[in-house]
Amino acid sequence: MGGFVFDVAHLLAGGLVLGSFMLLYQDRLYALLNAFALQAVLLALSVAWQAYGQDAPHLYITAGIALVFKAIVIPVALHRIVARLGIHREIETAVSVGPTMLAGIALVALSMVVMLRVTPDADPLAREDLAFALSVVLLGFLMMVSRRNAVSQVVGFMSLENGLILAATGAKGMPLVVEISVAFSVLVAFIVIGIFLFRIRERFDTVDVNALDRFRGERQ
Amino acid sequence: MIADLLIQGTQMTLVLLLAPLLTGFVRKVKARFLRRRGPPLLQPYRDLIRLMRKEVVLAHNASWLFRIIPYLIFAGTWVAAALIPTFATGLMFSWTADLIAITALLGSARFFLALAGMDVGTSFGGIGSSREVMIASLAEPAMIMIVFTLALLAGSTQLSTVAGVMLSPTIGLRVSLGLALIALILVAIAENARIPIDNPATHLELTMVHEAMVLEYSGRHLAVIELAAALKLLLYVSLIACVFVPWGLAPAGATLGALLAGAALYVAKLAVGGFLLAVFETSIAKMRVFRVPDFLGVALMLGLLGTLLLFVSRSL
Repeated sequence: MGGFVFDVAHLLAGGLVLGSFMLLYQDRLYALLNAFALQAVLLALSVAWQAYGQDAPHLYITAGIALVFKAIVIPVALHRIVARLGIHREIETAVSVGPTMLAGIALVALSMVVMLRVTPDADPLAREDLAFALSVVLLGFLMMVSRRNAVSQVVGFMSLENGLILAATGAKGMPLVVEISVAFSVLVAFIVIGIFLFRIRERFDTVDVNALDRFRGERQ
Repeated sequence: MIADLLIQGTQMTLVLLLAPLLTGFVRKVKARFLRRRGPPLLQPYRDLIRLMRKEVVLAHNASWLFRIIPYLIFAGTWVAAALIPTFATGLMFSWTADLIAITALLGSARFFLALAGMDVGTSFGGIGSSREVMIASLAEPAMIMIVFTLALLAGSTQLSTVAGVMLSPTIGLRVSLGLALIALILVAIAENARIPIDNPATHLELTMVHEAMVLEYSGRHLAVIELAAALKLLLYVSLIACVFVPWGLAPAGATLGALLAGAALYVAKLAVGGFLLAVFETSIAKMRVFRVPDFLGVALMLGLLGTLLLFVSRSL
């Protein structure tokens, strides 16, 4: 039984890492949002499985929060924002797919090396979860760095937070208060970013953050 | 000894005989999905016989290489196909060669094909060869990464051993295996010039890869090349079946009944594989040539990721 629990947890957490790669691969905004929703569903499943495996029922609430907010509310809201800004056909060309993928692989390898070195005697489940969570976080950073469009930077930020939740649940669960506050702070951040998006758009007629550089006088 | 030789011989004949049938089956299912009647199942055999009877037309500046390359390609592919356990593991040849040898045999067949494309010196041949080599330079590393994943899991690159490990209960659910499966399917689609990469059924100069290279061939040379292409498709389907769905493979020294059951199950697996391929091909559009590196980059990425993720699983 222990083996089976571990295998399914491994499968779901690995699916999250793969989801991050799917996010990196997309170059159209709607496809990106759908991939993000898929990753959030995987996160909810993964957290629910952790709740079952660790016998920690309060984690089901975390899974529910992840499912409702990250898989439904935020993607739908982002869909609306994209539709209202009229940028749904936007194709981004900041860094091409190939180099980004290779950089992503290097980050995953890095996080494995770091995590497997520093946690040799931890519980194997927590160990594996931490390694995957670190790679999801790093891939989220990579996403924010390699995209120019503000909407996809928001998606990168949100996927980074998926990694944080995975890490938190893998470490034998953290207090419910902390989890709920993290979830809400992310929601607040999302709202703030949403408002900013519209401000940027109002000012510069675009959500390409390169426009900000021009405004500061760094680039003519 | 004699029995071993006999079984191995049967396996080699079986793959050779089934290969055009699989191609015909895929064509038929595809036509059915497009609401067409489609050619009869045995049409590929008829095509091959017809080509065999026809006269060979050679370009004036074709070298000796041009004439022997079809046979080299066919031989390489057939030997590679003979190494894969189709209905029984522990065949005579399966202990002398492994996944890396199969990759190398297919790689050399591809090398000769690209050479043949450039031999006569027409512009289409050159285009085809250049595209083929571009695809190969990405597909082969991906294939090697998949082989590494399987070898790390099974502790061996021999297909019989890999199939045995896959059948044992110690294997469990693993992300790496799923990634390797998807990567292998992507590589198989690219290597066999199936639809998102290339469409061998058309002669559209903007996109053709395989067809451009064999444009100058005719008669029995073309027949041999077509047969080798059919054999390669069968090889990849059997490889996927052998590694990821090894149930029903007869063990070494099995009785005749077990061998027959294995063969029947093998044909069923081929049919399922061909059907899924046809479904995939009718539901997707042809890709631009310059998108192909992205497609294969995904396969390479999945292979690498599969190898990496192995290190965090329960035990290597």
